[in-house]
Amino acid sequence: MEPLLNFLSSLGRMTLNFLRATGDGAEFTAKVVVACIRRPFYHKEFVRQMIEIGFYSLPVVALTTFFSGMVIALQTYTGFSQLSAEGAVALVVLVAVTRELAPVMAALMVAGRIGAAMAAEIGTMRVTEQIDALSTLNTNPYQYLIAPRVLAGIVMMPVLVLIGDILGVCGGYLVGVYKLDFNATTYLINTWNYLKPMDIISGLTKAAVFGFIIALLGCYNGFHSKGGAQGVGQATTNAVVSASILVLIFNYLLTEAFFNV
Amino acid sequence: MTDIQIEMKKVSKAFGKKVVLKDLDLTINRGESVVIIGGSGTGKSVTLKCILGLLHPDKGEIKFNGKNIGMLFQGAALFDSLTVWENVSFAVLQQKGMTRERAKKIAIEKLAEVGLKPEVADVYPADLSGGMKKRVGLARAIAIQPDTLFFDEPTTGLDPIMSDVINDLIVRCVKKLGATALTITHDMTSARKIADKIAMLYEGKIIWMGTVKELDKTDNPYVRQFVAGSSQGPIRMSVKADEA
Repeated sequence: MEPLLNFLSSLGRMTLNFLRATGDGAEFTAKVVVACIRRPFYHKEFVRQMIEIGFYSLPVVALTTFFSGMVIALQTYTGFSQLSAEGAVALVVLVAVTRELAPVMAALMVAGRIGAAMAAEIGTMRVTEQIDALSTLNTNPYQYLIAPRVLAGIVMMPVLVLIGDILGVCGGYLVGVYKLDFNATTYLINTWNYLKPMDIISGLTKAAVFGFIIALLGCYNGFHSKGGAQGVGQATTNAVVSASILVLIFNYLLTEAFFNV
Repeated sequence: MTDIQIEMKKVSKAFGKKVVLKDLDLTINRGESVVIIGGSGTGKSVTLKCILGLLHPDKGEIKFNGKNIGMLFQGAALFDSLTVWENVSFAVLQQKGMTRERAKKIAIEKLAEVGLKPEVADVYPADLSGGMKKRVGLARAIAIQPDTLFFDEPTTGLDPIMSDVINDLIVRCVKKLGATALTITHDMTSARKIADKIAMLYEGKIIWMGTVKELDKTDNPYVRQFVAGSSQGPIRMSVKADEA
């Protein structure tokens, strides 16, 4: 009887913790949304975060998407050549990069770089009472700290993904032309002809959603960090892991939404 | 208009099973400087955070009749990403029509009031010593001419001379502003210097309150033990982490 009671007790505790975390997350999200649409708006912080997310993440996103485009061209050729469908390489590279690879790879890279940095910065502010200090200086921490980061995430992720789209397709083109001996002009014409606005739109929509998720979870984990250095470290890990998982879950949900479009 | 600036009635606060404040009553009159003393983990910081609205009490009532506040945090809590003058003028910069030039001028004036030179204005907090950080924190607290000032362990981590400098600055700033002040500390030298009245917090309640003169004459064994800094007496320090 006792093992059963212990099991039920653990199950109850886990359920309560899950519900509490979900409620906290929902409350935090609602406060952030309100902070994003209410005045005052801290322009300087917003621009600083746009540079942090957009400019400083560009090298890592560029490299990742460029090499992903190259890899997808090679792998597609390997498979499609067995069906004598080598001509579809340009199409597959285009669709894979714009709809999937660029948004997802960029999001995972940004989650590792920016999500972690946000959690660490805000977490340190929490444990050194800087967030409490903001409140005593008549400043809403949600408006000053969180809203600029979340808005910058929503704005800059699509910009990064658009650049990633171009570089990914360029990577595929280089492999197609210089490694697989496709005609350069034909490859470019095929890419242009296959290009549909919805491929780009769906990728950019995903990017904006991923930007929101990464910034929100980075801020949430930092904002709720406890203790000292260990608490901040834990918040940083949680921010990256939870953002990466949610990016992959939302990638499927958004792909499903855009599936027949 | 009432003369009471801060009033706490039957305030209770618990974290899980640990009860920190238990039906706490405290009244602070306008223009008074009250210091709350008590051992570590007795709820001094929680009391302060409840008054500031940073924590919500589980029970009870808190009335605050001030208009604006200034707060000096234990570690100064300066914003790392801003320069000293931007820290000092942080609240000033939020005011409508305030230019950065004017805000910097105000910041330099406030820095002078706490004995810091204008050269410090463009430095980042990471480049300051502990004592200088406290002074900058004090300059930030008084920048918007608050009518109520809060000090959280203002001398913790400072050498005795710098502690005395900070105590003098606190007394001078509070008098100059004519502000009500609430300080929490376990530094008795600091408490004697800053306080009009001293309140002792023990097991979540104010167990004694009086002037500095009354402090030296009291028969309250808890207060006498705390003031003497003796391990012998009714106050038993917790040694287990979960009891702290």
